[in-house]
Amino acid sequence: MEDIEELLRQHTFFRDIADAHLRTIGGCGVEVQYRPGEYIARENMPADYFFLIRRGCVAVEIQLPNSGPLCLQTLHEGDIFGWSWLFPPYQWTFDARAVDSVQAIQLDGRCLRGKCEAEPELGYELMKRFARIMTERLQATRLQLLDIYGERPGPAEGSS
Amino acid sequence: MIPAVYRIERRIEEMPGTFTLSLLPGAREEVVSLRPGQFNMLYAFGAGEVPISSSGTADTPGLVHTIRAQGAVTRALERLREGDTLGLRGPFGNGWPVARLAGRELLVIAGGLGLAPLRPIIYAQLQGSMNVHSVRLFYGARRPAEVLYRSELEQWGRALEVVATVDHADVNWPGRVGVITAPLSTAQLDPQHTVAFICGPEIMMRFCVQLLMGKGISPANIYLSMERNMKCATGHCGHCQWGPNFICRDGPVFRYSDIRGWWQIPAL
Repeated sequence: MEDIEELLRQHTFFRDIADAHLRTIGGCGVEVQYRPGEYIARENMPADYFFLIRRGCVAVEIQLPNSGPLCLQTLHEGDIFGWSWLFPPYQWTFDARAVDSVQAIQLDGRCLRGKCEAEPELGYELMKRFARIMTERLQATRLQLLDIYGERPGPAEGSS
Repeated sequence: MIPAVYRIERRIEEMPGTFTLSLLPGAREEVVSLRPGQFNMLYAFGAGEVPISSSGTADTPGLVHTIRAQGAVTRALERLREGDTLGLRGPFGNGWPVARLAGRELLVIAGGLGLAPLRPIIYAQLQGSMNVHSVRLFYGARRPAEVLYRSELEQWGRALEVVATVDHADVNWPGRVGVITAPLSTAQLDPQHTVAFICGPEIMMRFCVQLLMGKGISPANIYLSMERNMKCATGHCGHCQWGPNFICRDGPVFRYSDIRGWWQIPAL
């Protein structure tokens, strides 16, 4: 097992973060592994953790009544998932399932919430980084909703 | 500019409504060859002409064009079968600036049917005829059934890095789900040495350009293939005027730094 602090430092989410913050965050993290098909998070269950994916693929899914799971997106090496630990009621809003063998760093949200309250500078730094991830996901969702590859009359043939 | 008569040597149904034609010139016609990114005007007799980019390689005989049936002319082309003939004018346009890639890392970013004009670049890399450091392909499609050249994508993945993603899929799809910007945002790039070729829906290209610039890639190293209503293909009729350029004559490939002044003007 590599040192958690060093693993966090290698991850893009924590790029250029102060060493002191990294030490604090590292104290709340452990390395975890999931087998293919194993659920990492389940909708409506307590969201006490968030994850930084080091290897493998995670499917973010929602269960549709009478038709099973629908995959909303997949996440991969370098991605981060889970921000439900930041806001009440601290429950997952989707399922997260390991598609293949997944290695990740699991960070304890309850532990970090306490540390962020005590150290506002750390809290602000983490919030900035999560805000960026949320913005990227929001943009991606908008792009997905636009259905940009859907058939539209092309300008080349607008009058043909 | 009288169209030459070409015969359909081979027709491949890529997916419902999208097909690839391999064309050979009639006995009295000159053989035309296209550089990657250039296009021909294909003429369905009695219906009209459409601009279609080359999606083949210069090394194989004949011309290859992948077409989506979405208007009167392309629907007429869709009805043609092997052995049928069509009219062809070309080649037109400037093509991808392959000569500027020496030693660079090339990002090929394609969305939907936008992979077709970029396929000649992939072929060139696989044939070893491009003087680049590396090529990475990022491809986005609507859903698994609409992934273009699917079997080829798998083959290409053995020789170069291919990241394919679909916007929507059920749980049986083994690949990535999500928009094209997601894998791009986590990709490790060397902004000083990276050049990007992008082709796809204009909204997709806008998001990709923004993301690449956010990663430090210079607007001078981002190239886009644009599409507008082209009629004459020689820069005379004015149908495809875009800012001070005619897309048929000055494009369809543009450097982002050259067109960013009118890129976001909705009326153009």
